Amino acid sequence: MALLSVEGLRTHFATSAGAVRAVDGVSFAIARGEVLGLVGESGCGKSVTSLSIMRLVPPPGRIVAGRIRLEGDNLLDKDAEAMRRVRGARIAMVFQEPMTSLNPVFTIGDQIAAAVLAHEGGRRRAAWDRAVEMLDHVQMPSPGERARDYPHQLSGGLRQRAMIALALAPGPQLLIADEPTTALDVTIQAQILDLLRRLQAERGMAVLLITHDLGVVAELCHRVAIIYAGRIVEMAPVARIFEEPLHPYTRGLLRCLPHPSRFGQPLSSIEGAPPDLRGADAGCRFAPRCPLAIASCRRDEPVLAERRPGHFVACPVVSV
Amino acid sequence: MAPLVEVQGLEKRFSVGGAWLSGRRRVIHAVDGVSFTIERGEVLGLVGESGCGKTTTGRLILRLIEPSAGRIRFEGHDLMALSPPRLWATRQRMQIVFQDPFASLNPRMRVGSIIAEPLAIYERAGATERRRQVSELLDVVGLDPAFAERYPHELSGGQRQRIGIAAALALRPSLIVADEPVSALDVSVQAQVLNLLMDLRRRFGLTYLFISHDLHVVLHMSDRVAVMYLGEIVEIGPRDALYHAPRHPYTQGLLSAAPVADPTLRRERIVPKGEVASPLAVPSGCRFHPRCPFVFARCRVERPRLRKLGAGHEAACHLNDRA
Repeated sequence: MALLSVEGLRTHFATSAGAVRAVDGVSFAIARGEVLGLVGESGCGKSVTSLSIMRLVPPPGRIVAGRIRLEGDNLLDKDAEAMRRVRGARIAMVFQEPMTSLNPVFTIGDQIAAAVLAHEGGRRRAAWDRAVEMLDHVQMPSPGERARDYPHQLSGGLRQRAMIALALAPGPQLLIADEPTTALDVTIQAQILDLLRRLQAERGMAVLLITHDLGVVAELCHRVAIIYAGRIVEMAPVARIFEEPLHPYTRGLLRCLPHPSRFGQPLSSIEGAPPDLRGADAGCRFAPRCPLAIASCRRDEPVLAERRPGHFVACPVVSV
Repeated sequence: MAPLVEVQGLEKRFSVGGAWLSGRRRVIHAVDGVSFTIERGEVLGLVGESGCGKTTTGRLILRLIEPSAGRIRFEGHDLMALSPPRLWATRQRMQIVFQDPFASLNPRMRVGSIIAEPLAIYERAGATERRRQVSELLDVVGLDPAFAERYPHELSGGQRQRIGIAAALALRPSLIVADEPVSALDVSVQAQVLNLLMDLRRRFGLTYLFISHDLHVVLHMSDRVAVMYLGEIVEIGPRDALYHAPRHPYTQGLLSAAPVADPTLRRERIVPKGEVASPLAVPSGCRFHPRCPFVFARCRVERPRLRKLGAGHEAACHLNDRA
């Protein structure tokens, strides 16, 4: 059984101009110990998907359909108290901006110790020792001293490490990492990606990595799902996506990126812009920008189908 | 012909407020002895991480901020020696495109007025002629002339960046400093704007100083690339030499750290250790030595100078003396 399975998730935002269908029928599963990347451009619904899993969608957003099962239990059936016990202990989350998780008025050691006490109980002294151990585990230099620092005393990269230590202290089975390295310089990003890869392997923890960066996906993920306008258009093992992308949107995205074999040559680009997510549009949401679109694409909603073993594509037109 | 831009020993020191009441002020060397040239029609890329001085360098060569020391020649004239009216006149030929198209366009002005403003300031044309030129500039950047009537908030990020480019082109500059022009954009839009910049360069014979933190974008756009670290250029050279045979460990580190969306191109990992030193406590000798995997005794005491290694290729690293 998958650790987490998301089935037919729809999260809509009520606005005066109609419901914005930010996530509109997303399904995927993550196995224990697996790293799945969820990739897309701004506004595609990748972050709303992760907030839906945590049941933290801000109003006027609402999960209107679907099931989210963690080891079989549907999280959407849980009451607020039961959900609170899931967050942190079983599913933890880290963000692009560490200050969304870290409290500026407590030292990082106190914050991690408080998380340990809340989830495991025990004595304060032992919790503090665990906090220092966690900081050491995320390769914080001089962890014993840094534990006494407030978040503002740390650099961006060290704050990111502190946030990861805080998230992992209760030993979650699933870590949701939402653009965890986007705000960092590239050498610090590489250090954090190496850290996440090591922690994931050591703890056998599953990771859902939300990112816009296909380069980061290539570094860290086992499988990847490409999301466009609230729907997954392609899902495959990571090597397959780069060797042989099938969906026209995925192919377009990869060709947009500067590549050493084509430095200085014109880049391909995807003409047009993503659709307005309000109102009921029929058919494939990528059809208006798609070079392969035929009449039926604008009429029939494509189904995410397994066209090759483990390789799913929501495009009936592309030949495999 | 002389290069379009010649920069010699450029420095910028900022003094930062010391502790409250004590009044002690400390000095940050944001740019510390930078020299380079840009030929006419060339694209020089400037790459480095936050705080390395790349944005400051871009602004210094336009004299948007005043250098603390050094010489800047533009079109053969010493920019530092120009009288204010001459500088004002020369500035028409040097323009800037900013990173954030949400912050750099006046929200109260229509797109047409934003693009026409430089023409009005320099009294280049009367109102009717300005309108005609605005339509033409919108067309040049790939937008419908009807956009002249819109306000910035009605536009997407990519459209706004095109407006910023149109405004920069209005006075027919020879040099454009493009400061992180695509960093705020999604990749599909980023590709459109990069293509536009390449196309404009060919059409109008433009020269760019192209500044970005994204090494692959810089390599894509530039004929030559300069890598900055803590206020200094540590390596400069032709694009292919820099990509295929980098000679400074920091350049090698950047190349191995930058994620590539192609698992077959993965390089050996030589990620620099730790973090960039504070510009208030610049390391002795080579500024990169605390992070360098190849550090040896001399690096801690002697500051390496840029040394010529091949055609137009220079790096500031003691390792190159050993080879």
